[in-house]
Amino acid sequence: MSEWSPSQHELDRQRVRSRLQLRSALIATAMTVLAFVALGVLVTGSPGWPNVKAYFFSWPDARESFPAIRDAIWLNIKMFLIAEVFILIFAMLIAMARVSRSPWLMPLRVVAVVYTDVVRGIPTILLVYLFAFGMPALELQGMPDSPFFWATAALIVSYSAYVAEVFRSGIESVHPSQWASAQALGLTRGQTLRHVIVPQAVRRVVPPLLNDFVSLQKDTALASAAGVFEAVATARDYTLYNFNFTPYLVVAGFFIVMTVPLARLCDWLTARMRRRELAGAL
Amino acid sequence: MSALLTVEGLRKLYGDKVVLDDVSLSVAPHDVICLIGSSGSGKSTLLRCLNLLEDIDDGVITFEGREISDPRVDARAVRSRLGMVFQAYNLFPHLTVLENCTLAPRKVHGVRRAEAEARALEMLERFGLADQATKHPDRLSGGQQQRAALVRALCTHPTLLLLDEITAALDPELVGEVLEIVRAEAAAGMTMVIATHEMAFARDVATSVCFLHEGRILEQGPPTQIFTDPREERTRQFLARVL
Repeated sequence: MSEWSPSQHELDRQRVRSRLQLRSALIATAMTVLAFVALGVLVTGSPGWPNVKAYFFSWPDARESFPAIRDAIWLNIKMFLIAEVFILIFAMLIAMARVSRSPWLMPLRVVAVVYTDVVRGIPTILLVYLFAFGMPALELQGMPDSPFFWATAALIVSYSAYVAEVFRSGIESVHPSQWASAQALGLTRGQTLRHVIVPQAVRRVVPPLLNDFVSLQKDTALASAAGVFEAVATARDYTLYNFNFTPYLVVAGFFIVMTVPLARLCDWLTARMRRRELAGAL
Repeated sequence: MSALLTVEGLRKLYGDKVVLDDVSLSVAPHDVICLIGSSGSGKSTLLRCLNLLEDIDDGVITFEGREISDPRVDARAVRSRLGMVFQAYNLFPHLTVLENCTLAPRKVHGVRRAEAEARALEMLERFGLADQATKHPDRLSGGQQQRAALVRALCTHPTLLLLDEITAALDPELVGEVLEIVRAEAAAGMTMVIATHEMAFARDVATSVCFLHEGRILEQGPPTQIFTDPREERTRQFLARVL
């Protein structure tokens, strides 16, 4: 077998294949360049462009506001990282409560259903207001009254409801035969969920989960409404003093830089799981 | 008679592993070619190469006198003339049996809905599935599902039908009902290439049997010869194990 060498026909075919690949690459490049040039011409050719340029694309203002925003964005990142952990835990618990069947857990199911229905219906910014201004007003013993704490809590409450539904849709998308085969091995419903269903469900919902987390990263900006001096509040502060909106673009840039690595990480994870599980299968 | 499909010097690798090595085969109209051999001998891969589901690493495949292994060939045009049925049925679970059967005629072949449904229903009727037409695949038994998958493939009126171990996932008593359809199609003159473990069926229905071993067609001949007087020692050993 080792002394095989490709026939002339195969060599020709390989040449054709690489030519076709080159052609695809050229088309892709040309179309991309064309689309972006057209877009650029359209924007810079608009009648109000000089004004927009002065108010939104002012380099000196960008440079001047940059350090304050860079320092403030850490607050957003901190809020996001703390909230994310709690959201994942709460959402999974809610989702599991909703798919439970035991009669003992009926009250838990009722709470889970009501919780998702009510919380998903309330705009997140209202939750931030209610938590940040209402909770400290209760003057509860031992509870912090910092806006940062309560804004984060509001985000956790809000996003847990969304993410719980994402988890639940993942759990319900696993084919019933998986339940059957796990229970046939003698696993309890809880064990089946924990070891068979949830691991498969989580893999399937990675893309929508990422969606919610990107959304959460951005919604940390809502804390500015509660008086947390995070990146957007910092930028707003600057625009009010200097009457120039460039800092908003600087903040937008920061948020993009934060989300892109997360998106790539998720792509990589999904691709790796596919490679492992479907290798050679199709 | 000129061949409908020819394969010459076909070679296929998965990574460094040679899965098909210098495979040559000729299929004339109305031929029923059975591929036999142990698992991993390359039967399925050969079928997938014929359907252009795999890029090949050497050799030539022609269909109706035209080379289809050329990368410039429109694979969809070729596939629309071939039918394929898989071991795991691969019916679309979100569509009813009837919708499974009318999808390709409507979307690929441009048949109008009413006509496609009438034709599919007639075919389902013929194979005893008329009362299952409005059900979703997961509600059917394995044998019914595989029969539905066969009907789905036949609804596009393929010139050549590729069957990839279509009874391997079925209970023994369900195998018969599926093979009955294949037998009827063979009798009606359908050209087929069939990878199978059903030796009795192969002996019955094949015009020619190929024994694959480690990616090569070790021996090809009429079923009477292969099953009673194989030339190769490997074929003899394989048949002794499965018969």
